[in-house]
Amino acid sequence: MKTKTQTAPASLAMDLQDERLQDRTGLKGQFQAFLDRTRSGDLGVLPVIGGLIVIWAVLQALNPIFLSPANLVNLTMESSAVGIIALGIVSVLLVAQIDLSVGSVSGLAAAVVAVTSVNMGWPVWLVILATVALGAAIGWIYGQIFNRFGVPSFVITLAGLLGFLGLQLYILGAKGSINLPFDSPLVYFAQLAFVPIWLSYVLVAAAAAALFATDYLHARTRRNAGLSAMSTQNAALRAVLLLVALGLAVSYLNQSRGVGWMFILFIALTLILNYLLKRTKWGRSVYAVGGNPEAARRAGINVQAIYTSVFITCSTLAAVGGLLGAARLAAANQGSGTGDVNLNAIAAAVIGGTSLFGGRGTAFAAILGIIVIQSISSGLTLLNLDSSFRFMVTGVVLLLAVTLDSVSRRSRSSHGRA
Amino acid sequence: MSSETIAAAGSPQLLSLRGINKSFGAVAALMDIELDVAEGEVVAVVGDNGAGKSTLVKVLSGVHSADSGTIAFEGRDVTISSPAAAQHLGIATVFQDLALCDNLTVVDNLFLGREISPLRLNEVAMEVRSWELLRQLSAKIPSVRTPIAALSGGQRQTVAIARSLLGDPKIVILDEPTAALGVAQTAEVLNLVERLRERGHGVIMISHNMADVKAVADRVVVLRLGRNNGDFRVRDVSTEDIIAAITGATDNVVSRRSAARGTGQGPTQETDAS
Repeated sequence: MKTKTQTAPASLAMDLQDERLQDRTGLKGQFQAFLDRTRSGDLGVLPVIGGLIVIWAVLQALNPIFLSPANLVNLTMESSAVGIIALGIVSVLLVAQIDLSVGSVSGLAAAVVAVTSVNMGWPVWLVILATVALGAAIGWIYGQIFNRFGVPSFVITLAGLLGFLGLQLYILGAKGSINLPFDSPLVYFAQLAFVPIWLSYVLVAAAAAALFATDYLHARTRRNAGLSAMSTQNAALRAVLLLVALGLAVSYLNQSRGVGWMFILFIALTLILNYLLKRTKWGRSVYAVGGNPEAARRAGINVQAIYTSVFITCSTLAAVGGLLGAARLAAANQGSGTGDVNLNAIAAAVIGGTSLFGGRGTAFAAILGIIVIQSISSGLTLLNLDSSFRFMVTGVVLLLAVTLDSVSRRSRSSHGRA
Repeated sequence: MSSETIAAAGSPQLLSLRGINKSFGAVAALMDIELDVAEGEVVAVVGDNGAGKSTLVKVLSGVHSADSGTIAFEGRDVTISSPAAAQHLGIATVFQDLALCDNLTVVDNLFLGREISPLRLNEVAMEVRSWELLRQLSAKIPSVRTPIAALSGGQRQTVAIARSLLGDPKIVILDEPTAALGVAQTAEVLNLVERLRERGHGVIMISHNMADVKAVADRVVVLRLGRNNGDFRVRDVSTEDIIAAITGATDNVVSRRSAARGTGQGPTQETDAS
């Protein structure tokens, strides 16, 4: 009798024994679970994918160049710098705080890159190190002010927005613009470094294989522990879907210049942040602080350290974004990091599905959100509409995204999902 | 007389408070408080609003430190300077507001702050351990992968209590565990308290509900205006007597006389003579 129960884990897994649970195993069950989630307001990436399809269809209808490989390659390259800044915004939003100064910090970082590498002749590695350290230091200062004096992050970073913009202008000096030489490795990386075609397919295959391996190994551990687990077919199906989707995307981009290393860096940083948020104690603490700081404190989490670490993450990523932005432009000027950089980064995080109320969202929000924003920007530029229209359209999309967040939050709470 | 209760419990004392004082400015919240808890004993602490119950809980859980007095834990004098120190000693507290994160799942909440393998979370081990714990408590939680927001009040209380047990505490302090719960959910929580006693934990239960106190507690300690106002064994005291001690109706000559003439079940004046 005992052995019999152990040999039939599928029907009697430890976590599926409650008679109130409806069957959500297998493909059909998963589809049903997906419907359940969506109906209760846990929309996930659904709205942003839907929105992206609409935006792409409209822009493609208005200008057939929009979905050309060349333009999409451009889109990925333009997305990377601000997307990396948006990653940082995702992490502060997760603890229900905000950083309004990412634009200024990225501009300051751009200025520092230009001044140190051009005027002072520092080697590239030192420039990168200095920029990253600068970002980390700014985040640390924010964290200290936030923790010690309890000033709202909104105000601290608003002060930072002004202060660091001033510092950026001061560093750039009277001329207000410094060009980076085109033979600089930074400029090469941001403008000309593309993944060789063979390597791009190897990377796609590796990604699919890695997805299958993690799914399969995770399912095996769960099965061995007597828990319900994803079937091997299911894991294989997911991997094949990823393989096909990425393969098609990459082959399409390869018709033009291909996949830029800068975009790969963006994706790599997203994957790293995703791992940190989902698979480490730090990430779990971030979600806990965003959900209920008092509960997190009582659980023994050092809430202040979490806030500081998140501000550091955000400012550091903003500085890296500024570095890449300067490299992409091959210059740092008074306009670096100003204008729409700030709002685009924040809008990207929110449009991608990160809640402004804290505790909800994933690193992938940054990728999805920034692609939406850059699509609008690129599409409207192709239509010869200037930034006035871009601002208006982006504003409307941001408002839609935030409204959707608020509405789905209400729906979630009435359906018992946080 | 306090030695009598100790002898009656028949188990070694886990926790003994003697002469605990705590003031907030000019207000004396606790004056000369005594409290004993033995292994496998459920002690209800009752009292009116402002009687000092919450302050007592906070002193025990390390949120506030006492101004004077001694706390002996397993026979050794200890100081409880922080919540972490209390947990380290083996005193787990479930506060009234439960302090759960609505956006996290049951497993996440159970292991919050003490995740298994911090750099690569071992979700499987945590989930298995969660199921074991919840089964031991006969908890009725359909899935440990649902967010807390989806659970009922009783289920949340269960999760909060289960979480307090993960650190393997000697003493569990429950602050109003049945407040705001329905009939069935209250029964579930009371079952849970009994299961804690069977497992050998000392339980301190703060409550306003006399029915609950009568149902599960072994002893009732009454606080009134920051002082001890009675220490009863539940099986030989009536609800009326407890309420009288809470409201102070016993604090007069007539009731003291009747208590003296009775079988010694009236409010006992505890001394250090034990």
